[in-house]
Amino acid sequence: MYVPASNWFIAASLVMALILNFLPLQGDILIFRPDFVAIAIAYWNINHPHKMGMSVAFGMGLMMDVGNAGILGQHALAYCVIVYLTLIFGRRLRLFNSMQQAPQVGLILLIMQIVIVLVATSGGSALPDGQYFLAAVSGTLLWAPGSFLLSMLLKQKSDPDAL
Amino acid sequence: METAPQFFRHGPGPFARLFVFALLSCLLIAGDVRFKYFPQLRQAIGVIIFPLQKIAYIPANIYDQVEEFIASFYLLEENVKLRLLYLENREQLLKLHSLEAENIHLRQLLGAVQQIENKTRTKTVLAEILYTPRDPFNHKITLNKGSQHHIQLGQAVIDDKGIVGQITQLYPWSSEVTLLTDRDHSVPVQVVRNSLRSVVSGTGKNDQLEVRYLSVNTDIQKGDQLVTSGIGGVYPPGIPVATVLRIERDPTGDFAQIISTPVAGVDRNRQVLILSLIQPESHDALEMPKIESGKN
Repeated sequence: MYVPASNWFIAASLVMALILNFLPLQGDILIFRPDFVAIAIAYWNINHPHKMGMSVAFGMGLMMDVGNAGILGQHALAYCVIVYLTLIFGRRLRLFNSMQQAPQVGLILLIMQIVIVLVATSGGSALPDGQYFLAAVSGTLLWAPGSFLLSMLLKQKSDPDAL
Repeated sequence: METAPQFFRHGPGPFARLFVFALLSCLLIAGDVRFKYFPQLRQAIGVIIFPLQKIAYIPANIYDQVEEFIASFYLLEENVKLRLLYLENREQLLKLHSLEAENIHLRQLLGAVQQIENKTRTKTVLAEILYTPRDPFNHKITLNKGSQHHIQLGQAVIDDKGIVGQITQLYPWSSEVTLLTDRDHSVPVQVVRNSLRSVVSGTGKNDQLEVRYLSVNTDIQKGDQLVTSGIGGVYPPGIPVATVLRIERDPTGDFAQIISTPVAGVDRNRQVLILSLIQPESHDALEMPKIESGKN
């Protein structure tokens, strides 16, 4: 069932994702830390295309870059690529349930990480080891529960029986 | 499509939009990497995201408090341990005091200025790590103290064991520290054993530093302690930086390849100390702390 999403709800979810990204984690968990903002952006663009434009993704990316103390524009570009890919493949992805979507979204997250690596290496950094891409795996694992949670919240918020 | 009624709102296609934004980000990336443009943009975004970082820190705060609560049951034991540690340190401190006095005395005999007095007096500010980057490319951490807490660019950051890094970006309520392990970061050091001076630089890898520009036949050994030499005016002298891990002396090359590991837990701490050298401002204007100042 398609439930329309309000702009406020989308904004709140994105801010929440940003806070989750900013959690001060340390040590080995860092490797597995999924990019919550990327997942949120992918979710909204697959399930509610054209509600959240590329400019929002760009802005989120800039915030991520500053918070991450990285190259300005790195995450911005990566998130725009996510929006592009999800807009292109969104119609196809919506045919599947979230469990089946997960590996395909994982591929999109992997492409995003490759974009980030390309930007970093162009800035002179060395290539990271394979562990770095585990974040795409954790993002894939998070996709089904994450999209379930978001759709539940959305349904609850705009329950037609409540009227 | 010219006469089709506007049922749907259509902007430019996804590819056109991606193209525009990709161009924009490429401009930003190039400007940021090559020329360090857009400091104001960074500042503005830094202020915007600060509340979010603060909120993200709440769980860590709660964790700290719970930990403190649990630790309060073991206070007596800890007290005894700390008292022993204090006595041990006290002894060393006394030794240090006598050494310092002796040093000053000898310097006076030599007619030297009382340099040591000025150089070693430092003030410290305790800061908590707000954020560690998620990717392995930037060796930086964000601290919860900024220009509002009188932190300045270029101040050294240490933990209980040694140098962690240097403050390279200031926001009003937070600051960024470039870690020792960053590729662009160098520290002037001295070997404790024979006071050989050199520069140690980050390699971009965790726990690996490189001692550069020492010739093949230099007297440096595995296990040598490297401490800051104080040259350059950024770091106070005598703070541990690294231990030499391995040395490759290739007779065909000009320089020995010396790999060392940082002493401080560069990527492990929750709290760090920000050091500020209290120096007479007048004749230090030339040595304004800057990240490149350690490079030669």
